[in-house]
Amino acid sequence: MPVLSDLIDAGRRIEHHAPWPRALVSPKAWSLAVEQLAYGRWSLVGLWGEPDRVHMTLLDEARDIGVISLDCRGGRYPSVGQHHPPALRLERAAADLFGLAPQGLPDTRRWLDHGRWGVSHPLAARPGGPAAASSYRFLPAEGESLHQIPVGPVHAGIIEPGHFRFTASGETVVRLEERLGYVHKGIEGLMAGAPVEQAARLAGRTSGDSTVAYSLAFARAVEAALGVTPPPRAIWLRALMAELERLANHLGDIGAICNDAAFAIMHAHCGVLRERVLRAADAAFGHRLMRDRIVPGGAASDLNETGTGSIRSLVAEIRQRFPHLVELYDNTASLQDRTVATGRVKVELARQYAAGGYVGRASGRDFDARRTPGYAPYDQLAFDVPVLQEGDVNARVWIRVREVEQSLSLVDQILGRLPAGPIRAEVAAADNAADGPREGMALAEGFRGDILAWLRLGADGTIERCHLRDPSWFQWPLLEAAIEGNIVADFPLCNKSFNCSYSGHDL
Amino acid sequence: MAVIFELAVQGAQMLLVLLLAPLLIGFVRKVKARLVRRQGPSLIQPYRDLIRLMRKEVVLADNASWLFRVTPYLIFAATWVAAALVPTFAAGLQFSWTADLIVIVALLGSARFFQALAGMDVGTSFGGIGASREVMIASLAEPAMLLIVFSLALVAGATQLSTVAAFMSSSEVGLRVSLGMSLIALVMVAIAENARIPVDNPATHLELTMVHEAMILEYSGRHLAMIELATFLKLLLYVSLISCVFLPWGLASVGAGPEALAFGAAAYLGKLAVLAVLLAVFETAVAKMRVFRVPDFLGAALMLALLGTLLLFVSRSL
Repeated sequence: MPVLSDLIDAGRRIEHHAPWPRALVSPKAWSLAVEQLAYGRWSLVGLWGEPDRVHMTLLDEARDIGVISLDCRGGRYPSVGQHHPPALRLERAAADLFGLAPQGLPDTRRWLDHGRWGVSHPLAARPGGPAAASSYRFLPAEGESLHQIPVGPVHAGIIEPGHFRFTASGETVVRLEERLGYVHKGIEGLMAGAPVEQAARLAGRTSGDSTVAYSLAFARAVEAALGVTPPPRAIWLRALMAELERLANHLGDIGAICNDAAFAIMHAHCGVLRERVLRAADAAFGHRLMRDRIVPGGAASDLNETGTGSIRSLVAEIRQRFPHLVELYDNTASLQDRTVATGRVKVELARQYAAGGYVGRASGRDFDARRTPGYAPYDQLAFDVPVLQEGDVNARVWIRVREVEQSLSLVDQILGRLPAGPIRAEVAAADNAADGPREGMALAEGFRGDILAWLRLGADGTIERCHLRDPSWFQWPLLEAAIEGNIVADFPLCNKSFNCSYSGHDL
Repeated sequence: MAVIFELAVQGAQMLLVLLLAPLLIGFVRKVKARLVRRQGPSLIQPYRDLIRLMRKEVVLADNASWLFRVTPYLIFAATWVAAALVPTFAAGLQFSWTADLIVIVALLGSARFFQALAGMDVGTSFGGIGASREVMIASLAEPAMLLIVFSLALVAGATQLSTVAAFMSSSEVGLRVSLGMSLIALVMVAIAENARIPVDNPATHLELTMVHEAMILEYSGRHLAMIELATFLKLLLYVSLISCVFLPWGLASVGAGPEALAFGAAAYLGKLAVLAVLLAVFETAVAKMRVFRVPDFLGAALMLALLGTLLLFVSRSL
């Protein structure tokens, strides 16, 4: 049985890549890794490009993480997606941005590039002229009495843009195909050459509801690259912010899922609780969503007595009111009728796609970046990672409910043990400029799942290349699978139970 | 002179339903908002919405036919006439000889027919989805409604609403199982017909789950105002129908004086308020059902109405 570390040892190790190893491997070793992915032994954590190279982060059976890189001669490399479907969209995105052509990729349609950028392959060494506008061919679904329902990208409600193409037989969905990329902001392009502070702000704006998790992933990647350890108080404050963000989003989601089944009372009560979390965050850290409060090297704002008080009273209030809401959810038969057995994601699919967060954990994938690979201060905190096997909307609601309870306990523990001291360490790259570029990466558990941040700092201390991978990359395709065989009218419910990010995915 | 007074009362009734319908919706929305601890829009917001829509430009799809443009007025006219026929505060109005339950069902049925046609007219997928769902619901709701009419007719000896109401407020009704079944069936049909939770969600923004809203997605401006007003009128119609047939107390009788009419009006408003609160409470307490559960729901209504009718054949006193 091959082990990831052997594969990496066989390649050419890259110096200054922390905390996990990265190696430049031969095409043969690359194919070996793809084989392991296809057999379902390893999981794909991320795949991204550079003008002349492609990188892949892998998680092996022993839950070791490593990065393998392959030189792309003539901009070509053997496709991962042809053997391991979860890589498909990542490869299509890398092809759009860098012009890297995966050999054997079964789906060569453009993904992020809708032909409206005025340039093709914007991040390649030599960007091309404007891509010829061509119509997007949706995958065919043929059969008698099938009809198509195009939905979006502009929706009746005020939500993010995404296009959904349903092929339905009456009310039953035969196939759903997503088309995303409408909110591409070019974050990776903007990051290239940006100073670390500016890049940190960009990272925090990748997906608005996960701004803390993104800042945390980015900050930890920078710190790993530079070998900086933030002061203990900062580490604990960051975890506090991350848990508050998780609380706010999970509470909002639980209400919103019920609202999509027209059960407005849950929505209203959960909305009140979410608002309380945001106000407590505002009182404690000076920003409702805690944006830009985590910076490389530490935290930007400290917690004072008033802030601690407001968070403590918040926890007490949620502890008092949330169980009643859970009971209401569980006891409302008409609501259970909608959520139970709707939008099932099979356990095998969740494992194949390495789906993180509630999507994976509701389908039996026991993975939480706070525990594996783990990061401070969670190694000193007691918490459970809830896992269910059913994989339906109801299971995804219950994972959120359990995680709210865990987050409350974590907030309690953090407040009780918050160390004193400074909250920020100096982040300086100048003294080791002679060593050449330094690379760092991090996995941070956002409310949706694990966010991967990988970056290379140039000798002058600016960002040379930064890649951020949203958990939604591996969850969007599962939504297509979950809705199959369900009825069209249940799609909003399934979609809300996934609550994937458009912005984080489109980058 | 008497005829002029009668006509005036009938005219007052027609104006009353038109003016009251938006208020009823506003009241239901307000109660629902208060139930989920929101402030809610003001009671007269539906009037403001209608005025705003009337002032707005009409945006038509390129391929919209004349049917699409005419349908809103047809729907409005049919629903208004139907709503005006139901005795609200006084029985035996000038037009009451036409106020037949079967006429009302037929008027609403034709309004729905045109709405479904218009939904499919512009050829968008949502219009088609909405129309097909609406017709599926209607194909069960209408037979249930007719069976309810039959049980009432068997009990009261007429399908004319004034006669039914007069009979119901008399002492010879007593407690009847068949009437109880009819009431439950009528409430279920009313919920389905008015696109309320759990059959449809009138406040949803999710185009894929809509039934009624999906059919009218392409409408704007005064066309939308007409359809909205017709929707408001329909709710008022059903609430009035339930109160007139099953809660006929206070209804002014034929040839009553102004005091009785005033008392009838006050009683009517009270009944509306009570039923509106009940509707809001019910809608807050349940989630919307799956589209394919709706036939089960309406099937139950159909069976109840059928049982009610059959019981009357077994014994006239049930």
